Amino acid sequence: MTAIQVEQLTKRYGDVLAVDGIDFSAPAGATVGLLGGNGAGKTTTIAMLLGLLIPTSGRIRVLGHDMATDRFAALARMNFSSPYVSLPFRLTVRQNLRVYGHLYNVRDLEQRIAELSDELDLGAVLDRPAGQLSAGQKTRVALAKALINRPDVLLLDEPTASLDPDTGDLVRSWLERYRGETGCTILLASHNMAEVERLCSHVLMLKKGRVVDRGSPDELLARYGRADLEDVFLDIARGRRQAVDA
Amino acid sequence: MSAALNRIWGLMYRHLALYRGSWPRLLELAYWPILQMCIWGFTASFLASRMSAGAAELAGAALLGGVLLWEVTLRSQMGLSISFLEEMWSRNLGHIFVSPLRPYEMIAALIGMSVIRMLIGVIPAILLAWAFYAFNLFAVGPVLVLFFANLMIFGWAIALSVVSLVLRHGAGAEPLAWGVLFGLAPFSAVFYPVSVLPMAVRWIAWILPTSHVFEGMRGMLLDQTLLWGQLAAAFGLNLVWLFGAVLLFNWQFRQARLSGALVSMGE
Repeated sequence: MTAIQVEQLTKRYGDVLAVDGIDFSAPAGATVGLLGGNGAGKTTTIAMLLGLLIPTSGRIRVLGHDMATDRFAALARMNFSSPYVSLPFRLTVRQNLRVYGHLYNVRDLEQRIAELSDELDLGAVLDRPAGQLSAGQKTRVALAKALINRPDVLLLDEPTASLDPDTGDLVRSWLERYRGETGCTILLASHNMAEVERLCSHVLMLKKGRVVDRGSPDELLARYGRADLEDVFLDIARGRRQAVDA
Repeated sequence: MSAALNRIWGLMYRHLALYRGSWPRLLELAYWPILQMCIWGFTASFLASRMSAGAAELAGAALLGGVLLWEVTLRSQMGLSISFLEEMWSRNLGHIFVSPLRPYEMIAALIGMSVIRMLIGVIPAILLAWAFYAFNLFAVGPVLVLFFANLMIFGWAIALSVVSLVLRHGAGAEPLAWGVLFGLAPFSAVFYPVSVLPMAVRWIAWILPTSHVFEGMRGMLLDQTLLWGQLAAAFGLNLVWLFGAVLLFNWQFRQARLSGALVSMGE
């Protein structure tokens, strides 16, 4: 089953073409990486997938729902996390999770908060204001918010940005476990190539709003004759080398 | 609880939790209405010392009644606008707009918060007016509920228009949340009848529901006459204003989704 289906997706702001007719799909249970330099169109694509931005043209279906006409049915089964979007910082972590639990109509909310608190080690910070947490704690809280409704589709925009290696690894391990247990589909925008290699079964390389290459991490490494995705990324971003079979 | 009510409660809970943890915010809600009531109460007392007893009583009632009811409009408008701005200031709108919360549910939650904020702000002022100046607004009778309803609805219509502009233009439109209603105050006939206004601007007063409410209030306080025509006009105009505000909100929300303003909201 296809969880995310994107066809000829385009977003134009005046003369600027932010996303230029991209196509991709994500099978249920897959983790798809969205890679590209700044301004490549990753955030714009995610915003359109979340219904925050109306595409200029093209079509998006998430979990069988057309995002142009039926986005709320899909949004109830999706969630999103980004270090660039805050949670109300004067509310405690518990209060924040309650707010989103209600917004996503979560049953047995207090039990769900207790589960997430255990799994993400939030017990010590549950009754502290969200604004007083460290970057690592904030990331774990953002992840708890993103998982409050047990989403079938999870959109993550640089989920481990500015985290120390230990916390970053913890988050990645947790995402792997959650995906394994629930079959959740994850769309991951990241600049951390090691993270993408570890988590993603499929990668889309974006440049100037277009998908310039795609494949599994192994396929991309073989195609560009490189040892790691960072070099593939640089090859594409700087246009210094074509795919070996191109 | 139905899913829609649960979502509306979720957003209201977010604001109630904020107020529960911040006494300065709670204090601020009641501060301005009480301050306004005191200023106009002293003014009424001063006038009373220079007028005959009957005239002074009527002038005092018109001034204090005017200021207290005007606060209902003002606090309702600010209650909705500022609750929305709180989401913008905390950079939380990105999460709100990608949740299953429908725009009309968000408006319902903001209206709920507006009612709570208005009551916290205005009820103490009404009680203090009674204690300090022996002015009992409740003496107007049950029709006071209809006055309140009209003034609140107009406040929401203005607030929705402000929110619409903030959605489209971001923080640049934020000062409207504080100032826009003051611009309508001279035409709302809060302290004087519409007939005092120059003929050329009276039409502005007559298209505002507030001017009809204040004419009705003076009818009740000064002549003990319930002006049903004024009330009906206020309700009719409010329907038009609210309908227009909802159309504007829907249009600007869609424009914001087209232009990408929601992605960068708060900047």
